[in-house]
Amino acid sequence: MNAAVDYLVVSHGDAFQAFADSLLVVLVWIERGLRGAPPAVVLLAVALLALLAGRSLRLAAAMAAVAWLVGALGLWDQAMQTIAIILVSVGIAVVTGLPLGVLSARYRPVRAVVVPFLDLMQTIPSFVYLIPAAMLFGLGKVPAILATVVYATPPLVRLTDLGIRQVDGAVAEAARAFGATRGQVLRGVELPLALPSIMQGLNQTTMMALSMVVIASMIGARGVGETVLLGLQRGDPGEGFVGGLAIVLLAIAFDRITQAYGQRLQARRGLSG
Amino acid sequence: MALIELDGVTTIFGRRPRRALDAVRGGAGKAALLAEWGHTLALDEVSLAIEAGQVFVLMGLSGSGKSTLVRHVNRLVEPTAGHVRVDGVDVLALDRAGLGAFRRRMVAMVFQHFGLLPHRPVIENVAYGLAIRGERRAAREAKAAEWIARVGLAGYERHYPAALSGGMQQRVGLARALAVETPILLMDEPFSALDPLTRAELQDLLADLQRDHGRTIVFVTHDLDEATRLGDRIAILRDGVVVQEGTPADILERPADDHVRAFVGAIHRPRRAGRDAARPAGQSPSRPLASPSAG
Ligand SMILES: Nc1ncnc2c1ncn2[C@@H]1O[C@H](COP(=O)(O)OP(=O)(O)O)[C@@H](O)[C@H]1O
Ligand SMILES: [Mg+2]
Repeated sequence: MNAAVDYLVVSHGDAFQAFADSLLVVLVWIERGLRGAPPAVVLLAVALLALLAGRSLRLAAAMAAVAWLVGALGLWDQAMQTIAIILVSVGIAVVTGLPLGVLSARYRPVRAVVVPFLDLMQTIPSFVYLIPAAMLFGLGKVPAILATVVYATPPLVRLTDLGIRQVDGAVAEAARAFGATRGQVLRGVELPLALPSIMQGLNQTTMMALSMVVIASMIGARGVGETVLLGLQRGDPGEGFVGGLAIVLLAIAFDRITQAYGQRLQARRGLSG
Repeated sequence: MALIELDGVTTIFGRRPRRALDAVRGGAGKAALLAEWGHTLALDEVSLAIEAGQVFVLMGLSGSGKSTLVRHVNRLVEPTAGHVRVDGVDVLALDRAGLGAFRRRMVAMVFQHFGLLPHRPVIENVAYGLAIRGERRAAREAKAAEWIARVGLAGYERHYPAALSGGMQQRVGLARALAVETPILLMDEPFSALDPLTRAELQDLLADLQRDHGRTIVFVTHDLDEATRLGDRIAILRDGVVVQEGTPADILERPADDHVRAFVGAIHRPRRAGRDAARPAGQSPSRPLASPSAG
């Protein structure tokens, strides 16, 4: 194991470095945008997002209030850093997890390999892969993101797989009968019908990514996790509590917004079909 | 040459259909194949010729192979042995792209449980087959709107399927299948899930449409009233074997065997006290209005 990591560091270090650099570019870009924007604009964006997701003014106002509360705790800047990490992590989780879920729904052998692998990803303690990740990428944001992705992607894969396998076979058959190609069946029938389940997966993935922020800060990620960590290290329960509260508030905001979107999707279909 | 030809079609469901086929050729019947091999002999040496412009009805008890048979025409099911030709084309020889094109241009289908897209409004459901072909939105929705009106659903274009009754949903299914204007229409028990009055309405609608458009229709039902009403020809299936094929009059007046006679008996003596004896086990009543509900 150690030899394998050493080998990777020595022989493919450049490739890892290049990957890490491009990831960092995206992260820094998002982070700079969020931290540079006036808080009022961010609050407005949160409200707008909630409005689009749930079509409810009450939800929009509540979510803006939650975001404002984070600022009131004095952790605005840290929260923006955390949000940037969450966005990038969840983005990577979607880009990798969604296709994996689709493949494992479609091909039984793929599922036979993927499912135990997901179990593994969720059960091994993060430190086991944090150490080699830190060796490959150095301390900082990139290994933190990768650790978050490893931990948070499984529910998205599982619920995409489940959602697609639960699609009414009669609807998919009708699409095939009319000459739909595999891609057309996937895009026009399977993904849309699985969307409520996929949204649930996305919600869980986001929650799990948030639950990683303290661990992520141990290997050098900035943000609200760092606040909790500092509180821990200095034996300052007040600071730790404030940081924890900020994480909870962020979780509430992500959760309410994605849930509202998922529920609206279901409501429109009447769910009787 | 008939428009649709099935030639010696044998279809076996199970893990090793080809090996089970040898057993069938060695004389094993449906029951023996299931008992000894755990395989289902869904169709056994079926040969049929369906002429253009006909309404060809497939009848039989539940499990007799009707759905399997009708799905061979557009190759939703592939036979273990035999040939399927449509308009002279060997359907089983088509590659994936060829099969897609064949389905888009030659055959449309209506399903017992409708198979509508729950996340799309009526207009997009009806336009679905046209969208699959790559027709532009404006053109396909104009066509779809015409067919929606034709099946009596004008005004429901923006409704979602879940908001419609079963009968209305099947009108959508019918419009979707007609909108692609394919020469062949496959209908697998399209009205079986509907209440008797709605069923009669839709039978009338289909008869009207058929008078105007003259498609070739393969129509599956287990209801003899429906079969004699709509069919130009009727084939009766039993355990995957076609036991009789002919005009409705042939079937009614000259049943080929006791099995067919039992079907005919069910329609000729529906109200007599002894009707249950005349009806094959498992057959649902052919005149639901006249029958007491189950229990
Ligand atoms: N995909 C399948 N896998 C296994 N067995 C099947 C499958 N489809 C149909 N069968 C079996 O084939 C036989 C014929 O079924 P089907 O064509 O659906 O009959 P019908 O439509 O007349 O009720 C039945 O015994 C059924 O259980
Ligand atoms: Mg059937």
